[in-house]
Amino acid sequence: MKTSDVILQTMTKVISFIIVLFALHLFFAGHYHPGGGFVGGLITSGAIVLLLLAYDIKTVAKIFPFDYKILIGLGLLFAVGTGVGSLFFGVPFLTHAFGHFHLPLLGETSLHTAVLFDTGVYLVVVGVTMTIIQTIGESE
Amino acid sequence: MSEVSTVIIAIFILLGAFLSLVTAFGVIRLPDVYTRNHAASKAATLGIMFILIGTCIFFYLKDGYFNSRVILGIIFIFLTAPVSGHLISRAAYHTGVKMWNKSVQDDYKSYLEEQGEKEKSNS
Repeated sequence: MKTSDVILQTMTKVISFIIVLFALHLFFAGHYHPGGGFVGGLITSGAIVLLLLAYDIKTVAKIFPFDYKILIGLGLLFAVGTGVGSLFFGVPFLTHAFGHFHLPLLGETSLHTAVLFDTGVYLVVVGVTMTIIQTIGESE
Repeated sequence: MSEVSTVIIAIFILLGAFLSLVTAFGVIRLPDVYTRNHAASKAATLGIMFILIGTCIFFYLKDGYFNSRVILGIIFIFLTAPVSGHLISRAAYHTGVKMWNKSVQDDYKSYLEEQGEKEKSNS
């Protein structure tokens, strides 16, 4: 007996956008408010897990056509890159810098290199969580 | 904050807490999964929404801080709680959980049997 999942799938389409937006909000608010790369990454992978629950693994692999293990490496590269980047300016490893910039659309913003490090954390968390879940889900 | 707004916030939060209590009583007192789910997914949703509305108004009037995350939370609860109730009920039905022995009608069962016969005749 085949059952139809139309209610779950329709709600997933709406809800996953809200979840991803909230994850991005937490990620970018991490410097001044509760949140950051870890929570943002976990909530993003939560949205992908919701898609996995509503659809099957093959459909989700078609929506996100990349290997999550590459995300882990990319995230670690970001984290190490911000650390190494500070060496070029003659300061100790992982020294961060920030400045106020005037961007064309966003206006006056303060940009900090800690965001790049946080991007690394974010990518590693998404990659690790999705690798664990997909590996367990695919094993028979 | 004026006196009127304090009373309105108090009404919102107390009503929400009361509805959550009603949910708890419903889950304890009702006889089977489906009626319990009916109580849990409806009253709890409204109760939580009332509490969140009260919270949002309180912080807006007290600090002048409009917390859009609370509004997003209200929308999120309103969208997801009934769907989760639906999924729990459906999973219970398909795993063969019995309805209350005083229930009289089950249209879904006859529909499922019809579908099963159609599949048999097709194959």
